[in-house]
Amino acid sequence: MIQRPLSPHLQVYRWRLTMAMSILHRATGVALAFGTLMVVWMLLAAASGEAAFSQFVVCMTSLPGQILLFGWSIALFYHMSNGIRHLFWDIGKGFELKAAYGSGYAVLIATAVLTMAVWCPLFFG
Amino acid sequence: MENSENLVAPLARARGLGGAHEGTHHWLHQRITAVANLPLMLWLVWSVTHMASWDYAGFTAWLAQPVNAVLMILSVLSVFYHASLGAQVILEDYVHGAGWRLVKITAMKLFFIVMALACVFSILKIAFGA
Repeated sequence: MIQRPLSPHLQVYRWRLTMAMSILHRATGVALAFGTLMVVWMLLAAASGEAAFSQFVVCMTSLPGQILLFGWSIALFYHMSNGIRHLFWDIGKGFELKAAYGSGYAVLIATAVLTMAVWCPLFFG
Repeated sequence: MENSENLVAPLARARGLGGAHEGTHHWLHQRITAVANLPLMLWLVWSVTHMASWDYAGFTAWLAQPVNAVLMILSVLSVFYHASLGAQVILEDYVHGAGWRLVKITAMKLFFIVMALACVFSILKIAFGA
């Protein structure tokens, strides 16, 4: 067995936007995978009957529930926007340093705009 | 060990495909579901934030509509498959030992299959008005 050093060396690199965003893509993916449990709960509760469903709604409209939903919506819009960025990389576009940083900032802005577009009407509507 | 590695022909080494022993199929399906998730999740976010009523009768009436039921089933299948493909890569990266890796990946996939089945059953039950 050839003993090669294992990647990633998180502790020896200087943090960069592109690197942080790459890790964040995986982290939000994990968060969203756990977030699917909320969808499972919603659908199972609705299929189980009125009592189970109203319990789900009470939990989701409580403060902890709303904070979870807010967090998951940020994770969703980040993973979605950065996923589009990844699809462009897949067809070989946007690898240049300037483009990679530009699209990185665009993803962060899109995440903020989409999250606000969802939550502002709910708060102020 | 080092010697046997050198005996591998260049073509066989190119076909080796790394620790997972396959890749194109996984990679392609991750991209296909990624593109499918884009409109499906925008639809889901729009729907849950524009639900006419979040009481039981209102929600089940919404989900019972054929378009909503079909889009919800597609969302569940596409998202859960995408999530299982992503989780597989993470387990391949961080779980050491081929045996443990296989056990954890299999358990993870079975978990998502059970969750997806529970969702699809629930949707169909509501859609068929039981």
